[in-house]
Amino acid sequence: MKFFFSLILLALAGCSKSNHKIIQNKGSDTIVNLAQAWAEEYKKVKPEVGIAVSGGGSGTGISALINGTVDIANSSRPMKAEEKAEAQKNNGKQINEVIVGLDALAVFTHPSNPLKDLSIEELACIYGQGGTCEKWSDVRGTVVPGCEGNKIIRVSRQSNSGTYQYFREVVVGEKADFKEGSMDLNGSRESIDLVEKTPCAIGYSGMGYLTRGVTALCISKAKDAPCVSPSLETATNKTYPISRELYMYTAGDPSPEVKAYMEWIKTDQARDITIKSGYVPVPR
Amino acid sequence: MERRLARPRIEAMEWRQRKTTKPWSEKLIEGIIRLCGMSCIFLIFAILLFISKEAYPFLVGKFEASEFFFSKSWNPSSVANVHYGILALIAGTLAVTFLSMLIAVPLGLASAFYISEFCSPRAREIYKVLVEFLAAIPSVVWGFIAIMMINPMIISTFKVPIGLNVLNASLILALMSIPLIVSVGEDALRAVPETYREAAEALGATRWEIATRVLLPAAKNGLMAAALLGVGRALGETMAVLMATGHSVQIPKSIFDPARTLTATIAAELGESPKGGEHYQVLFAIGLVLFLISFAVNVTADYLIRGKRRKR
Repeated sequence: MKFFFSLILLALAGCSKSNHKIIQNKGSDTIVNLAQAWAEEYKKVKPEVGIAVSGGGSGTGISALINGTVDIANSSRPMKAEEKAEAQKNNGKQINEVIVGLDALAVFTHPSNPLKDLSIEELACIYGQGGTCEKWSDVRGTVVPGCEGNKIIRVSRQSNSGTYQYFREVVVGEKADFKEGSMDLNGSRESIDLVEKTPCAIGYSGMGYLTRGVTALCISKAKDAPCVSPSLETATNKTYPISRELYMYTAGDPSPEVKAYMEWIKTDQARDITIKSGYVPVPR
Repeated sequence: MERRLARPRIEAMEWRQRKTTKPWSEKLIEGIIRLCGMSCIFLIFAILLFISKEAYPFLVGKFEASEFFFSKSWNPSSVANVHYGILALIAGTLAVTFLSMLIAVPLGLASAFYISEFCSPRAREIYKVLVEFLAAIPSVVWGFIAIMMINPMIISTFKVPIGLNVLNASLILALMSIPLIVSVGEDALRAVPETYREAAEALGATRWEIATRVLLPAAKNGLMAAALLGVGRALGETMAVLMATGHSVQIPKSIFDPARTLTATIAAELGESPKGGEHYQVLFAIGLVLFLISFAVNVTADYLIRGKRRKR
């Protein structure tokens, strides 16, 4: 889908007038929906500029920026110092960082699961290596109707997704590992689809992917602390414990088109789209 | 006896004659065809060379056969404990391929027999189109069907906690390889000369007897090839099995356990592993393992077919 979108954009670029400019934008799968919504809206603002958006993951976008094959890299994690140094070494260009929004990682379960809240510790007990929560009854004696054996089915992500790494950092611990035997799906969409159909399952993804088919849990920092549900407000005021910044990176002195686009992202028009796509605009 | 000996000589003479008067365009076409044939061999070696080249630094460096082949811990992106053990992945691949073939080969060959021998010519055309249509469904769509339809069905039918497992993936893979088995199998049956059927019918054989006692032995090699193509399809599929197995690192103990295959691991992780890094090299080493597995399957099959032929 993402691939076709960029293909169509490329095809459009091919047959229009020669002064048509294409901005290459690639990276995080978490941001790709937002970046595409922006690109579509931007076409109304500046029809002569096309933006080719593709996903592939934060790492993919950043390495493409280092290699100089894209204009803007999307990333759901800050660029590492060594990556910046490599970019500098490769093409002598300074990296510019812009925080384009916030994303709250929602933890969700099947609607038949009576559990409405979890603490970070309990999440670590479920997901982390050495955690003892194997059945739902290990979490405050919960019984999930329709779940055979009351077994917890952990839905996770493939090991190099930005979402996986962020979840590990916040929930499991930076140096720790996930328990083996989780379902390592290949996208946020798939995680939601699976949990929607599986009473035993628990999963996580960016807030923007949530649907009515799953219950987003209220998350507390510690066992006795009050829990916070993921929402626009709680992500903005940073009370929601699992929220993170989303970045766009450009290299060196970008072309005027890219510059204009990066400026436009900060306007109210773009912020409205951020909210509509399920993400959180940067607090002003 | 006389005629048999005389014939090749005449043919050879004709051939020589033709050869001297061959127009240049025919030479050109012959050359192109030869090149096409050789490019296939060349490509196989190029692929092998490429995979080996990328995997080489790992194979001569950190590679330890006992860890690589016999550890069931696969954790490439861990900060503290990086493990590259592919035992669970091999087990997953074998389990899924085996079970899917258990479903697909009998079903596929049976429908090949039905389409080729038992149904009316009009129905045959319709069935062939439908079966080929089945082959045109993209694998992501199969994966989606696995998650959204088969997963809940398995959960409610078998009362298991999760429906993404070996059984689910095998069903999907079976559905994906059946079209291939049917069309190749059907071709093999069609290739049996009509005189065989007529002769059998003249001896008073029923249709069932013709199918099992005449056509099955006559088309055996072709049917075997059909089954093998199915195995290749099942072994090599990535996206659908990624979604249908649950992509979970563990050795499946029953058909209701999630699993993970070698191909799906490469598909999921290669895109984001830094080029030239250790993880990247290990993924290419897995590619090499897959290459060897499919090579072994093909050689075994070749041996089986040829061994049988020699006996005859």
